[in-house]
Amino acid sequence: MPHIQLGAVDYAILITYFAFVLGIGWVLRRLVRNSEDFFIAGRSMPAWIAGLAFISANLGAQEVIGMAASGAKYGIMTSHFYWVGAMPAMVFVGLFMMPFYYGSRARSVPEYLKLRFDEKTRGLNAMTFAVMTIFSSGISMYALAKLLELVLGWSFHASIILTGIIVLVYIFLGGLRSAIYNEVLQFFLIVLGFLPLVLLGLKDVGGWHGLTAKLATVATNAGFEPGAWTHSWKYMDSPSHNPMGMEWFGLVMGLGFALSFGYWCTDFLVVQRAMAAGSMTAARRTPLIAAVPKMLMPVLVILPGMLAIGLHASRGGFLPIGSDGQPNYNLAIPMMLAHYLPSGLLGLGLTALMASFMSGMAGNVTAFNSVWTYDIYQSYIRPGQSDAHYLRVGHAATVFGIFASVLAAYSATRFNNILDMLQLVFSFVNGPLFATFLLGMFWKRTTGHGAFYGLLTGTITAALHYGLTLPRGAVPGIKGGFLGAVLHVYPSEMALNFWTALFAWTGCFVATLVISLFTKRTKSDEELRGLVHSLTPRIEEGYLPWYKRPVALAVLVLVVSTVLNVIFW
Amino acid sequence: MNLDLRLPIGAMFSIFGVILTAYGMLSDSAIYERSLGINVNLWWGIVLFAFGIVMLAFGYRAYRRPG
Repeated sequence: MPHIQLGAVDYAILITYFAFVLGIGWVLRRLVRNSEDFFIAGRSMPAWIAGLAFISANLGAQEVIGMAASGAKYGIMTSHFYWVGAMPAMVFVGLFMMPFYYGSRARSVPEYLKLRFDEKTRGLNAMTFAVMTIFSSGISMYALAKLLELVLGWSFHASIILTGIIVLVYIFLGGLRSAIYNEVLQFFLIVLGFLPLVLLGLKDVGGWHGLTAKLATVATNAGFEPGAWTHSWKYMDSPSHNPMGMEWFGLVMGLGFALSFGYWCTDFLVVQRAMAAGSMTAARRTPLIAAVPKMLMPVLVILPGMLAIGLHASRGGFLPIGSDGQPNYNLAIPMMLAHYLPSGLLGLGLTALMASFMSGMAGNVTAFNSVWTYDIYQSYIRPGQSDAHYLRVGHAATVFGIFASVLAAYSATRFNNILDMLQLVFSFVNGPLFATFLLGMFWKRTTGHGAFYGLLTGTITAALHYGLTLPRGAVPGIKGGFLGAVLHVYPSEMALNFWTALFAWTGCFVATLVISLFTKRTKSDEELRGLVHSLTPRIEEGYLPWYKRPVALAVLVLVVSTVLNVIFW
Repeated sequence: MNLDLRLPIGAMFSIFGVILTAYGMLSDSAIYERSLGINVNLWWGIVLFAFGIVMLAFGYRAYRRPG
């Protein structure tokens, strides 16, 4: 595959972007006076800034490259990750969980677990989270460097070092505030950098109707009904009728409930942005404001994949063929950039791509900083030091976090399977978390032992379920069935993952409930004030105009996403 | 807070707008064959410039009226 040649104008845009992200860090360095400034941005962010950072931190490598690839592979059904998955979960975290996250004054999600339950539950969550964020950030770096090597012919080492240093400098200087400001800038860049691509692609295929016609060929070639790539619900009656291999119940329960609530409601990477908001109302509005652009994101990340596969099918050779004989779906966006954008806009598009990787990486690094410093260092290694000491530790953790991500990125070049395996283990650990928070926040009887052993039970349930089932056509191993016996065969990998999440949630929920009933409460009602629903005073928001109330935004988000589901039914 | 985020965002997109618009006016029209014959640098440059100016204007107004 020939490399894309960049001109002077493209480099001018890229360098201008670098200058701005570094400049923002430089200007904000003066606002970092204590550890709260560095780790939680002094709790001063307006809702719109926190909200856009909330979505931007999630808009990293996996999102942009992965969603376009899924758009090509599964068509408009990929939108379920947004309109069935993310929307209800984001509304739930804003309306029902933020009062306890923000109201508890916890500085991190593990710290909330410490306040609500006990030390061991916090420790378990903090350790697994710290390791996980480093690896996600490394995977993000690896993906970016591989892509730039393939598309531009840039050196893998140079890309890793360049992005690593830039992210390091701006977080080191300005802490979370700098990461959040840059995430907002990156958000606008991603939108305005990819939009021309989508508009040109749509014009080229003859609009939505032209695309539907081209995707009908893709669908019939793959042995499905012609509309399988352009209807999100119509073919969900049976797994054999749609390319995702899913039926509606597994999708709604597995993706819509277990997986999405687990991610959006408990992942500190995103929750940290809301914790940095300036007031309770701002914190509650953060995920709801984020939901509005998130709802429209399929246009930018899924549609390019659908356009690429449509053009690939009708004109041939649009996507390079991988070693397995299938088109390389991960290259959908870079190939679209190369195909449609002339020098100038090409630079803008590539800069947008780099911005998305950087925002995802910075999100991981800032979350790692806080958890490492507050929940591991301050709790277990050296408690009772001065604030200035912990600020220095935070700076050191930034350097360490980036350095460890670089190592993780290099380990991915040599042991690809190890990373797949780690991601699998993380999914077992994360799967059950939402059950713990749900019970912890809404049932004051939930005990520390219940939470801790419930989490372990959930993780084991997930591993057992995964180890005893297999997606169709796979051999036992990393894809499942590694425990020797295969009790059930799922129609697709995605179905297996959705059901694993649901099993993990159920295992944790039942175990936490039962163990809590048989163990003594260790926290009194007084200690749980502000942490549990029944012991927290209702938030009075009646003084706000209706359009500023979280409930109004939540209703708007749910109505519009329902309408979108109906339009693309 | 002594940095209104809208100022750097506005400044960056205004600069992008100027670069792209200027390049769009000066570049050879043959390079626009791939973008379906549309001078996308010129048009999108104008869009980015307008977006940048609007952001700058809002940021500047807030800056002039503190609190």
